[in-house]
Amino acid sequence: MSDLAPLLVAFPVFGSVIALLAGLARDRVGWAVAVLTLAVQTAIAGTLLADVLGSEAIRYVVGGFTVPIGIELIVDGLSATIALLVAVVSLGVLAYARRAGPRSNAFYVIYLLLVAGLSGMSITGDIFNMYVFLEITGLTAYALVASGDGGRSAIAALKYLLVGTVGASLFLLGIGFAYIATGTLNMGDLATQLAEVGYGSPLVLAAFGLLVVGLFVKIAVFPLHTWQPAAYAGAPDSVSAFISALVSTVAAYALIRIVFTVFGTAFLAETPLASTVLAAGAVVSIVVGSLLAVSQSELKRMLAYSSVSQFGLIVGAVAVGNVVALTGAAIHLVGHAIMKGGLFLTVGLVNDATGARTVDEYAGLAKRSPVGAAAFSVLAVAMVGVPPAVGFVGKWYIALGAVEAGAWPLVVVIFASTLLTLAYFARVVERIYFRDPTETSGLAPTATDGGEDDEPAPVVSVGMRATVVAAAVVAVALGAVAAGYGDLLEPTMEGLLS
Amino acid sequence: MTGIEALADRLYYLAAFLLLGIGTYTLIGSRNLVKKVIGMNVFQTGIFLFFIAAAFITGASPPLLTAPAPYVSPLPHVLILTAIVVGVSLTAVALGLIVRIYDEYGTLNEETLREVQADE
Repeated sequence: MSDLAPLLVAFPVFGSVIALLAGLARDRVGWAVAVLTLAVQTAIAGTLLADVLGSEAIRYVVGGFTVPIGIELIVDGLSATIALLVAVVSLGVLAYARRAGPRSNAFYVIYLLLVAGLSGMSITGDIFNMYVFLEITGLTAYALVASGDGGRSAIAALKYLLVGTVGASLFLLGIGFAYIATGTLNMGDLATQLAEVGYGSPLVLAAFGLLVVGLFVKIAVFPLHTWQPAAYAGAPDSVSAFISALVSTVAAYALIRIVFTVFGTAFLAETPLASTVLAAGAVVSIVVGSLLAVSQSELKRMLAYSSVSQFGLIVGAVAVGNVVALTGAAIHLVGHAIMKGGLFLTVGLVNDATGARTVDEYAGLAKRSPVGAAAFSVLAVAMVGVPPAVGFVGKWYIALGAVEAGAWPLVVVIFASTLLTLAYFARVVERIYFRDPTETSGLAPTATDGGEDDEPAPVVSVGMRATVVAAAVVAVALGAVAAGYGDLLEPTMEGLLS
Repeated sequence: MTGIEALADRLYYLAAFLLLGIGTYTLIGSRNLVKKVIGMNVFQTGIFLFFIAAAFITGASPPLLTAPAPYVSPLPHVLILTAIVVGVSLTAVALGLIVRIYDEYGTLNEETLREVQADE
């Protein structure tokens, strides 16, 4: 059974090669190949999750080179969850992208490679291997952002590339410091050897600082978030949904791995500065991200800044570092991916149906695009954290963990963040249902996208509607099972923290 | 005196961090997009040098079976081979994007691009 773990990475790569080759022979075959690949990927990830939940982690040694020299793949409850999330969300976005997204074969080839990179990051047990997957994820994400029409997406992608490369390079530099201190790259081995070197050693401290700051760039923690709004706003709708749902999520997962698997709670306990840096990043991101989101008029930018604030919550959970908070972080990672991905898809759907892209243009949307309006409202309310939606469960666990750890300032900020989230979503929902459309809001779709093309907007397909509705339903339904899932995850989290 | 000796022992590290500094400055300071990509490359080269310097021991032989000990650690070299490949692909993607930006706007100056985008 443990042979399934490497398949998680190998299968999407295989699929993308097939899509590339099949694309040479026939046009428009990419979508079918991608759906098939991702369906199998979902099955693999689902099987792995069922295997490891509540039992021992699966360890796989790649190529027969024994640990710690060889590369190790470790699948535990948390990494299997993230791998399944990647598979399911990418499959869902494909259903949407069939009509709406970029439709060339090259798009599907890169899309599958991105899935491979994300899956690899979630299951690898080797820190340099993680850097390589981080760069695969980065490279393919830059290419996908650039797949939109016009120069705007190319500029956004280049900005994303420059900032993202600096982040990944800092991560690599951190690996260098850790390697100099210990002479090993295996995460489990690093944990024991770093303890022997001593947590006060400048090499260890520098490694921690560089690894964390490098990941902060990838997660888009304030003030290292500047690439994110431009990238999300410049990318095609299905791509911004895909990237917003998964790329920062997996980077945040990597942060959990680095902080707890590699450095461990003993390091945090002995180095108060480390927890302070994490907590400060969290608090500033939550507050400033929300404030910036309130001041945006374009919806995709607003959602991007909302991501900055939501990932602040997860970094906050890492700073707290107890079982309850980390379970909350895992639930919120999954919930945020579903909700934020769904919101971006809804914005795309509404844009294709009515041409509305800004907060003001959403006035009276309920009459023009009832499905889009309803889905947006449900997802927005879920994001604010109204029970029983999954957004509530994640935040509740993180807040409980903070209370347990006595981190009162963080508790206050978490509850304030709920109000701030309400502040930027409520004004949109209010416009959707309680205002009449203004004169400018009924424009044809072509007039609002920069005016660079005269093609008719794509018609909203059944697949697009179904994906958006499914995201809204799942966001609410997951809330019901999240608490039970949290119990199942407890052994994994205790193992992570021991 | 000992300070200078300690510094002389770590000349490679000094060079590595100098490259990191120059790279960061070019990346942030210049307005031309191609120069930014060059800055990114210099920044990465600094990291490569850092890894190689960490593995190097004065007077050590290459890690071959017949060579006398001590050996230079081969692992960082292998890692940097991978990192160089990553760096080349990043540069290729960046230059590809720059070509598209130039086709679209006819300029590579960051300020001008920002103005053009604000007008859109």
